[in-house]
Amino acid sequence: MALYGRKIGHRLGVSLLGLAALLVAIVLVALFLTLVVAAWPAIARFGWGLIGAAGWAPNRQVFGLGPALYGTVVSGVLALGLAVPVGVGVALLLTEEFVFLPRSLQGICGFLIDLLAAIPSVVYGLWGIFVLIPALGPLAAWLHGVLGDWVLFATPFLGRGMLPAVLVLALMVLPTIAAIARQSLGSLDRELRVAAMAVGATRWEAVRGVLLPAAGTRILGGVLLALGRALGETMAVTMLIGNVPDRIEASLLAPSSTIASLIANEFAEARGLQVAVLMYGALVLLGLVAGVHGLAEGILQWRSPTGNGRP
Amino acid sequence: MAIAHRQRPALGKNLAWRQGWGRFWTAVVVLMGAIALVPLAILLGYVLVRGAQRFDVQVWTALTPAAGQVGGGLGNAIVGSIVMVALATGFSVPLGVAVALYGTEVCRQAWIRAALRLAVNVLNGVPSILLGVFVYGAVVVGLGWGFGAIAGALALSLIMLPTIIRTTDDFCQGFPPEQRLAAYALGATDWEVLTGIVLPAALPAILTGTMLALSRAAGETAPLIFTALGFDFWLRGLSGPAPALSLTIYRFATGFDPNQQNLAWTGALILLLLVLLTQGLARILARLAPPST
Repeated sequence: MALYGRKIGHRLGVSLLGLAALLVAIVLVALFLTLVVAAWPAIARFGWGLIGAAGWAPNRQVFGLGPALYGTVVSGVLALGLAVPVGVGVALLLTEEFVFLPRSLQGICGFLIDLLAAIPSVVYGLWGIFVLIPALGPLAAWLHGVLGDWVLFATPFLGRGMLPAVLVLALMVLPTIAAIARQSLGSLDRELRVAAMAVGATRWEAVRGVLLPAAGTRILGGVLLALGRALGETMAVTMLIGNVPDRIEASLLAPSSTIASLIANEFAEARGLQVAVLMYGALVLLGLVAGVHGLAEGILQWRSPTGNGRP
Repeated sequence: MAIAHRQRPALGKNLAWRQGWGRFWTAVVVLMGAIALVPLAILLGYVLVRGAQRFDVQVWTALTPAAGQVGGGLGNAIVGSIVMVALATGFSVPLGVAVALYGTEVCRQAWIRAALRLAVNVLNGVPSILLGVFVYGAVVVGLGWGFGAIAGALALSLIMLPTIIRTTDDFCQGFPPEQRLAAYALGATDWEVLTGIVLPAALPAILTGTMLALSRAAGETAPLIFTALGFDFWLRGLSGPAPALSLTIYRFATGFDPNQQNLAWTGALILLLLVLLTQGLARILARLAPPST
């Protein structure tokens, strides 16, 4: 081909690629603008107050995102509280050289944990409804009976509610935490461990005193990424949390709601102002997730040797 | 490293006690592994056993039943999911590869690369339900295209995009510069290097990314609620409400009809098999073409 034609082909091809990259940026801007425009009636009418307000009666135009926001944060934080120790434990199990766990078996365990991440959310929800909730019944009844005076178990267990949602959510974010903790621990210099053991540390002392602190910041970044996932997780939570958006209930046995579940549950039937309120909720969720992710990226960038911020 | 000084091993203590303490924590770590794997085993077992109860030919050929109806299957939902995921793959793979190539091969300004990476990270972090709400606002209502397979596929493609960009990007970053330079030395333009050298080499990586993205998109439900909407009949074209397997599982699982609930389990089994297949393929492909560093 003539040089001239090749140059034109080059220009055309390169500008097409540039256009593709531009499209990603446009999508993000459009996402934000679409939410703002659709939420505008609610923003104009309620202002910031809607975020903290409680109450939900669409037929009387009573709205408040407070309970859903509370449910989002509480379910996310509780799920993380359960998943972090287990996830870090799994990561240690997969990176430490235990006599009883040969490399090949470690590989299989790693694959199984990754599989946990690949199972669709709706399958977790299905399992939660038909297996977990019935199995939790006796335990929850016992908790309410024995610890019923305590605010966390003050209400009787109705099935769908905060407790099953938190448990399934914990299971769903576990692989994210395990994967990042595993990578962080695995990327540490071998010398760190060798040096610790050379001065007489046992395995646990090396792990607790040297390896975990050295990997700590990156693990923390990973935990925040997992929190970002948990806050926006929709299907399993919608199917399990009970979707009661009108009041804040401290009891773990009571039904609750999250912003994501509120949108998933009500959007299809919403009309008029309710749509705007749900879009407002979407903006709040976007802000929450963006904040958590920003924090995570900041922490990872701060301590990541390559500086590309990727775990 | 300062960390090493912070907690010196307590050498003064009794060695047996320290070793015992270490063994205790080894046991704790094993227990954590069990806590993670036991629910997985229970979940897989239930999906397998309950899903197999209705895993017959009718599932693939019959329409989704209404509540109270006997029999029926998931045929229309499966077809709807396949069509939407295929469309989403068609949208997102060329776009994702183009974006990754632009970021690693074409763009010379560091800030644009950084901005692009940030944009991809942000897109990856946006909860999938918000992508659904966005496509509803922008495409279903905004462009007036209405509910349908196109809107559903667009929402799914936004979910697939970051995965495809990242896997392609990772490969290109590790691609040896010698090969590129050799092509340039022979007088190739950027575009010729891209299409003739980098792209063919990146193919396995792109396929790996596509498989990973497929495995996520196939089970996604939240973004389809307000874009595909769900439908109890066969797909009647790309516009108009479209059925999807994941949506059907959601609806049947939250309903009260035992027949529908059984079909939800069968649907979950089909999804799970698909996820296993795509994840396995991704692993094999990744092993075939290890990132060349």
